[in-house]
Amino acid sequence: MIVIWLILILFVGGALAWASEALDSRLPRVTALIAMVFSLILVVMLCLDNSPDPLSPGGQWLILEKWSWIARFDIFMQVGVDGLSLLMLALTVFLGLIATGAAWHEITERPGFFYFNLLWTLAGVVGVFTALDLFLFFFFWEVMLIPMYLIIAIWGHENRAYAAMKFFVFTQVSGLILLVAILCLAYFHFVQFGRFSFDYFELQNVVLEGRFQMLVMLGFFIGFATKLPAFPLHSWLPDAHSQAPTAGSVLLAGVLLKTGAYGLIRFAVPLFPEAAADFAPVAMTIAVIGILYCAKLAFAQTDIKRLIAYTSVSHMGFVLLGVYAWNIYGLQGALMTMLAHGLTSSALFMLAGGLQHRYHTRDMGRMSGLWAKLPLMSAMALFFSIASLGMPGLGNFIGEFLSLLGAFQVNQVATIFAALGLIFASVYSLWVIQRVFHGPYHTPHGGSEPARDLQEPADLSRVELVCYGAMAIGLVWMGMYPQTFLAMAEPTMTFLLESFGEVLP
Amino acid sequence: MTFDQMMLLLPLIIVTATPVITMLMVAVKRSHAVSCILTASGLLLALLSLLIVVRYPLQEVTPLLQVDNFNIFCTALILLAALAVTLFSYPYLCNLEDHQDEFYLLIAIATLGALVMVSSTHFITAFLGMETLSVCLYGMIAYPLHREATAQYPMEASIKYLVLSAVSSGFVLFGVALLYAQTGTLHFNDISVGITQGIADGPGSEYFVVASLLIITGFAFKLSLVPFHLWTPDVYEGAPLPATAFLATVGKVAMAALMMRFLSVSGVLDSPAIINVLTVIGVLSILGGNLLALLQANLKRLLSYSSIAHMGYLLIALMTIDSAITGDGSLGGEAVSFYLTAYVIMSLGAFGVMMVVSDSAHERDHIGHYQGLFWRDPWLAVIFTAMLLSLAGIPLTVGFIGKFYIFSVGVETAQWGPLAAMVIGSGIGLFYYLRIVYRMITPLDYDDPLPVAGIRDVISHGILLVLLVALVVLGVVPGGLMLLLESVVQSL
Repeated sequence: MIVIWLILILFVGGALAWASEALDSRLPRVTALIAMVFSLILVVMLCLDNSPDPLSPGGQWLILEKWSWIARFDIFMQVGVDGLSLLMLALTVFLGLIATGAAWHEITERPGFFYFNLLWTLAGVVGVFTALDLFLFFFFWEVMLIPMYLIIAIWGHENRAYAAMKFFVFTQVSGLILLVAILCLAYFHFVQFGRFSFDYFELQNVVLEGRFQMLVMLGFFIGFATKLPAFPLHSWLPDAHSQAPTAGSVLLAGVLLKTGAYGLIRFAVPLFPEAAADFAPVAMTIAVIGILYCAKLAFAQTDIKRLIAYTSVSHMGFVLLGVYAWNIYGLQGALMTMLAHGLTSSALFMLAGGLQHRYHTRDMGRMSGLWAKLPLMSAMALFFSIASLGMPGLGNFIGEFLSLLGAFQVNQVATIFAALGLIFASVYSLWVIQRVFHGPYHTPHGGSEPARDLQEPADLSRVELVCYGAMAIGLVWMGMYPQTFLAMAEPTMTFLLESFGEVLP
Repeated sequence: MTFDQMMLLLPLIIVTATPVITMLMVAVKRSHAVSCILTASGLLLALLSLLIVVRYPLQEVTPLLQVDNFNIFCTALILLAALAVTLFSYPYLCNLEDHQDEFYLLIAIATLGALVMVSSTHFITAFLGMETLSVCLYGMIAYPLHREATAQYPMEASIKYLVLSAVSSGFVLFGVALLYAQTGTLHFNDISVGITQGIADGPGSEYFVVASLLIITGFAFKLSLVPFHLWTPDVYEGAPLPATAFLATVGKVAMAALMMRFLSVSGVLDSPAIINVLTVIGVLSILGGNLLALLQANLKRLLSYSSIAHMGYLLIALMTIDSAITGDGSLGGEAVSFYLTAYVIMSLGAFGVMMVVSDSAHERDHIGHYQGLFWRDPWLAVIFTAMLLSLAGIPLTVGFIGKFYIFSVGVETAQWGPLAAMVIGSGIGLFYYLRIVYRMITPLDYDDPLPVAGIRDVISHGILLVLLVALVVLGVVPGGLMLLLESVVQSL
């Protein structure tokens, strides 16, 4: 029931936040905060009571529940939480809380509807991370899109209509391809077992012959790779990110991208082990191209948010690499990269958003020497940039190191090229720091002194400081003692490997 | 005809009596409100009479009419849609500088035609129903004729519809005549027998393919499938909104139900040539409808093109009807019925919102009229958004389940081409549906007051609320309707 409560809190909290706007324009954010705190409490409770039920399939599930839903197609409201889901849930609600903080002062226009969309996006994401019925999964997969679209389209920046539309069309069309693939799978269950099924565990028994299995697997892969995003399907992301409001970027980078990676680990490989094995070299090549190409693109950007967006694509390449290496190092590395990247990219987007809020520009060429005026903010930017480039001691290093370690055992050439991405990452990360925060101070509006009517931008507010502090602690924790997270996910990963590992390289 | 059979025809009898009584009342004293109430209560009574009908053994009433579960379901759907259109018409027509009463007469008679169509298993009744519906629609489309400002469009639309509808009827008649010449029967059931015999000792199968194609062409005209769609945007745009809504819901349901019954019993789908033609028509409709809708700024035209695309989706399922009776547990019939239900809800909702903010003097049918609606009238904007998202097939709405059904049927019957077209078409569809949503959330910098919801709008808003609830409930827990439809299509 706890999962249903979690989703309900977010849905109802969103509706309440919208309704409460009629009373006072500051109430929605408080309502949203309360809802987020409650969901965080629920997730923490789950984390503390972290003992898998040995009777569940694979012995890895903490929670496994099933209610009937649409009897005609044997569709069930089936949800389950294992270590992998739980970590993703923790990331989701944590970043949800951060996003609420990021929006706290920024969103002054129609706040009720904003927090409604924020919480409904999160509800959809929680659903995605827990659904074990593929229909339910797809249902939530699509549910999270509309509120995200509205967040970009209403509260976005100058080119929001284009960005929102691009985001929606990319994810929706790839989603429809995913739906066709799911239906193929369900139909073959019908052919082989006499009834439809969307049950994750039952669908694993469906036998598809070679070429067809590859096609259906590709349907899944396209659906997830667009969300991840992987190399040729990534072009919606820089637009969506640069136009979204800060809280929207936090959700997109921190949480929504992870649903794609989660889908690959949970569905795309285990449901089609043979096809995935055949496809692994291609996927790893795509990952390497993504890592290098997007790192190169990142270096060419002048818009700070677009730059961070391209680094996101680049880092997600390590996740793809780790997943298709399909050994314990690769999977755990992918997981750690997902978690750490969720925190660093969210923090960097918040910083970019903070700069835009203060200087009304995202153009790096017009900022310089901000360290003099914004020491706290600059220090935070340095910390998260260093985290992002994979400094040992912080979470990203663990993730990328493990991904590369796993991939090396499978595909040395790809790994060697992928490792170059780490070097590029340090180049562009430090380059941003140098351009924006070092050097002589001048405002984006020319002159070394701010115009008289322009208020001197303030350094970090308390709300921001708390947000950045929490994320920094998280990253240090992941870097210094990753065992907490690795241990939680281990039962799932070993189960996945034991069940589907023998056919993969 | 026995008493039982009389009772089975109760809805038809009530709907026939409704315009007669209304007309008599008009002869005594003209009153817009009385005419509306009489028509609405007649339709409601007919709807309630279905509760009596189901208690009697369902059977064929004379060789002309068939009353079965499918017929009852379609009758209910048509009556509900007609009832909603009747109630939406009242505030819309209030300021018409002309007599309003005849519009309700036309609605009632057109509904009668639609009801005859969905219960026909015989070409005579099918044709009578189609013509009754069409003739009334000519009148409804041209209704605000005496208003000088709008006189041009309704007349043009009506004439266009008249000519093309007559041509399509001609196609159907010719096809029927060819079939009759060879088989000597006009009953759908006998056609398949006749066809097999005719192939054995007649002019060969090509003859029947041509005859069936002529009939299907006529049907495709009425369903406005590409390449027989050219009348649709002009008629939708020129007609007053209630007539457009009626045409888009009742007209489409009746035609699709008739086509479904024809395809399922006549055996024409056994011919691969016809399947190929239908596939091509379906793919063209999906792509053409969606692409052309992209260019529209008038919402009526936009929705007309989107209806072309939706009928294309429907055709994917319609093509599999035949295997529904031969194969085991195939989904085609259910998918068609479900999609029609969904389509009626979404279209009525979308047109309903437009009707609420429009009146006969000033129709708000341009996309610019809806700019900033989210902040001017959130309630209407939420409904409109929900309807548009449902048309686009987004979850939490009934449109998603409908699309899911069609996808399932497509996968089951391995129609990869139409499925690919549908994926592409849905992607294109997002552009124009979301464009409207985006306009609604873009603030308006000048003041364009919407008509204030007065007391007479309470009913319209009530219907919109019911439609919204139906949209969401059927989108989240569609299980009940699915089980119902499963039993409904078994009777085919």
